[in-house]
Amino acid sequence: MTQIAPVSADASPGTAPALAVEHVGAVLGGRQVLHDVSFALGAGELAGLIGSNGAGKTTLLRVILGLQAQSVGVVRIGGQAPGRRASGVGYVPQKFELDPDLPVRARDLVALGIDGNRFGIPLPSRRRRELVQAMLRAVDAERFADARVGELSGGEQQRVLIAHALIQRPRVLLLDEPLASLDLRSEHEVVALLARLAREQRIAVLISAHDVNPLLPAMDRVVYLAGGRAAVGRTDEVIRAEVLSELYGHHVDVLHLHGRVIVVAGPGGEQGSDLTLAHAHGTDLEVSP
Amino acid sequence: MSSVLHAIVEPGFFGSAQVHAALAITGAAALLCGVIGVFTVVRGQSFAGHALSDINATGGSAAFLAGISPVWGYVAISVAAAGAMEAIGIDRRRGRDIATGIVLVVGFGLAALFLFWDTTLSGASNATNEVLFGSIWTLSPGTVPIVIALGAGAITLLAVIYRPLLLSSVSSELAAARGVSVRIVGALYLLALAAAVALTCVAIGAILSTGLLIGPAAGALHLSRRPWSAMASATAIALAASWLGILLAYDSYYWPPVGNGWPVSFFIVVLVFLFYAGARIRAARG
Ligand SMILES: Nc1ncnc2c1ncn2[C@@H]1O[C@H](COP(=O)(O)OP(=O)(O)OP(=O)(O)O)[C@@H](O)[C@H]1O
Ligand SMILES: [Mg+2]
Repeated sequence: MTQIAPVSADASPGTAPALAVEHVGAVLGGRQVLHDVSFALGAGELAGLIGSNGAGKTTLLRVILGLQAQSVGVVRIGGQAPGRRASGVGYVPQKFELDPDLPVRARDLVALGIDGNRFGIPLPSRRRRELVQAMLRAVDAERFADARVGELSGGEQQRVLIAHALIQRPRVLLLDEPLASLDLRSEHEVVALLARLAREQRIAVLISAHDVNPLLPAMDRVVYLAGGRAAVGRTDEVIRAEVLSELYGHHVDVLHLHGRVIVVAGPGGEQGSDLTLAHAHGTDLEVSP
Repeated sequence: MSSVLHAIVEPGFFGSAQVHAALAITGAAALLCGVIGVFTVVRGQSFAGHALSDINATGGSAAFLAGISPVWGYVAISVAAAGAMEAIGIDRRRGRDIATGIVLVVGFGLAALFLFWDTTLSGASNATNEVLFGSIWTLSPGTVPIVIALGAGAITLLAVIYRPLLLSSVSSELAAARGVSVRIVGALYLLALAAAVALTCVAIGAILSTGLLIGPAAGALHLSRRPWSAMASATAIALAASWLGILLAYDSYYWPPVGNGWPVSFFIVVLVFLFYAGARIRAARG
């Protein structure tokens, strides 16, 4: 398995973490989707937000963005007082459809990341153009910069959306299931890109996924969601039978197979639970030749 | 040479005050439709735009009953209908289409009644034709400045909300994450759309005004990859169709039945269709 080099959130004492989530809870449709979730991420750290379908990954990301109604708790960006909505946080939403005839090129979408929230018509500016070009280069998207975004492949769209989110130089980058619907190669490329961006640009990156494996080589920390609660820590601290059994409220086994991790409901666990399906399925596909 | 010109442009075209008014009004409508139509198509709201246009028949026919200029009827009903659509919630797609459809049908029912009263009670015998298919040759002189002001106001509004509107049209989630008030931007866009359909109704009537709103924009999406050039192409198509349509309608006074011009709106929508088809063919050829 690839080396994990954890960068501690409080490596430099005195500086606030890039992202601090404190006692966050959320109720949706009368159900407690998140309960007392707390964790912190330092600049340059990359963390996985792992959980099966409906675990509350999207909800937690929306709380961090300040978009989730009916949530409690505190979210600080760079130690800043909470409540400053969406400032300093870049976001790549869970997969959405872009029509192929949408008259917006990749570079237009990236430019909207600079000032898409401002009123008035943008004046053509050289600085702006160069900034967009530099960002496209950083995510290796120059090749298709002039294509319509809706015509790009899933992996290419992810790069453009990452550039859109990063061009305003946020301290924190949130990505909601960016690896869904990518093939293995694009998956590796996107994870490697995010790890590089986190390191080079000193950004805290939080990536949601239902499978932990693609993120293993790059992940400094993991936030594992189940039953509304979160287990947080280094990968080897969290992805353990004792910790996850406690979180799920029933026995689970953590198997290591060819450098991959498989989480399955143990003998006492509910057969066919979400958990078994989500993880065993994802892994089966990749282990079999 | 001049005889060739005469064959195309019948005498008196450029000197006629009616022609000037018609060119000004369709020009304003085409410019506004070209710009806003691109957003309407991109947002997948063609049906809402269509309903908003059609329901102007209710406003126009009511204005005839009240004895005021139909322009005010169009503006009032467009803004009211846009407000209703905003209240229903434009984002819940299926619910929106159903609610829009039902409101539209009720509006048409009312229009049928009002037009019946217009022609029987108030003796406005031409009301049906004017409301449904436009009345570009018989406008009262006061209409032109109203239409121009309305068009200028709507274009200014669109220029102000341009970036947030474009971003939320691409993805409301991206826009919300960027701090855009998606709801407010959507409501302002609907207001501009209401103005656009109201003044298009003056030009070509309630039934056909969608043609100018959707057709040029849909054609432009086949020709352009960028937002600006899509709006420019849509405006160019809308303007060309409108002004050529007016020219042909003017010429048609000399066509059978001589002395009765063919309807302007007919020419305009046919030309819009031809441009649209041309754009599709061009795009298909690569
Ligand atoms: N608007 C809503 N009203 C009621 N319940 C909701 C709403 N949105 C989400 N939920 C519920 O909240 C729970 C968490 O949803 P969330 O979208 O955060 O899960 P997720 O981890 O992102 O799942 P997925 O992997 O499928 O994207 C789910 O059980 C979902 O049904
Ligand atoms: Mg989700």
